Amino acid sequence: MSDSIMIQVDKLNKSFGDLHVLKDIDMTVKESDVVCLIGASGSGKSTLLRCLNFLEIKDSGIITFEGSQVEKETHDLNEVRQKVGMVFQHFHLFPHKTVIENVMEAPIYVKKVPKAQAEKDALALLEKVGLSDKKDVYPSKLSGGQKQRVAIARSLAMKPDIMLFDEPTSALDPELVGEVLATMKELAEEGMTMIVVTHEMGFAREVADWAVYMHDGRIVEVGHPEQLFNHPKEERTKNFLDSVL
Amino acid sequence: MDLLTKFIDTYPIFLKGMLLTFQLTIVSIFIAIFIGLFFAFLKISKVKILEWIADLYIFLVRGTPLVVQIFIFYFGLTSLNISGFWSVVLGLAFHNGAYIAEIFRGAIQSIDNGQMEAGRSLGMSAGLSMRRIILPQASRRALPPLGNQFIIALKDSSLASFVGVYELFNIATTQGSIKYDYMSYLLIVAVYYLVLVLFFSIIVSIIEKRMASSD
Repeated sequence: MSDSIMIQVDKLNKSFGDLHVLKDIDMTVKESDVVCLIGASGSGKSTLLRCLNFLEIKDSGIITFEGSQVEKETHDLNEVRQKVGMVFQHFHLFPHKTVIENVMEAPIYVKKVPKAQAEKDALALLEKVGLSDKKDVYPSKLSGGQKQRVAIARSLAMKPDIMLFDEPTSALDPELVGEVLATMKELAEEGMTMIVVTHEMGFAREVADWAVYMHDGRIVEVGHPEQLFNHPKEERTKNFLDSVL
Repeated sequence: MDLLTKFIDTYPIFLKGMLLTFQLTIVSIFIAIFIGLFFAFLKISKVKILEWIADLYIFLVRGTPLVVQIFIFYFGLTSLNISGFWSVVLGLAFHNGAYIAEIFRGAIQSIDNGQMEAGRSLGMSAGLSMRRIILPQASRRALPPLGNQFIIALKDSSLASFVGVYELFNIATTQGSIKYDYMSYLLIVAVYYLVLVLFFSIIVSIIEKRMASSD
């Protein structure tokens, strides 16, 4: 773990209409940290992740990314998002493009990488996620696990500084979860900064540097996974863990 | 085979009419696609005033008969020294644009919002995501209803005969009145329309099959 701060959140609030989804969230993620967000559905984990990628715009609070306070008025959010990769529960691969075209799309059209170079990079990434043999097929021909690994490669193609995972294995058949977690674990070992919303306690235990338990829009407890899972300090954390483990 | 001789005797003049009908349809649909795309974007812009403009346009087109629209365009535009052909083309484009706008709007809104989010999360702007991610998928979904609209436009172009454009239907009625034999030439012109519609249907289905390669 290095000491430089990747992303810092201060008093973040977000509401959808009358629904107060995020309440005074404070969080600091350092470079190469792997953070797991756990909590019941509706606790605000996904919304927090989406605020960090500016897919949702916060109501109040401060988000500092790589040392600069990001506001939609002063920053080109498209540029910020290039550095913040996001992997979705339902993959959202581009169905009209082949696997390799999915991976090459953003580098070519956003970063203006020459096509030959983008293709080379994309192949290397597909190799890394173990899908170079599928490069010319369309997403509809892939299994869920393969789709998610392509989605990870697609995100990595922009060379992000941090990767956000929004329940990356929740939509997968149980036997396909492992291959995606293995890819993520490999990424973590390479030093990628990651924030992962997950229900995979095993993964959290094994890979996360620290874990966050959220409930009702607030961060209830933060700690090392071992400590948080085995000796939760808060009653609510304990209740939640009892219900899922 | 009285009808067949009439068909053979008049085919050079009917082929000219068919070409004109073809041109009326192709050019007006081409323009209508741009009009439709423009108003579809207004409708999904989430800017109230722009949505109202699109709603008003669609209301005007849907609320008045096509033949009235064609006459208004014809008398309005020919008074500005625009040819009969072009005033009818623009009238048909104005009319079909409204239906095509609704087709595009429906197709765009049918694409899962996650596609736009995936594009945005990669750093693509909203416009780039729309162009590269949403529109290619939406146009695929729009193709069957668009093909349908295309065929409707082809048949509607017969209304151009009322303002003197010498397309298929005008030729049929003219021949009919010259020879005091409406029924024969109406049957003959029906065949020409069927051939044109068949031709367009085949083209549309070929494009659909090509585009379906990824599904």
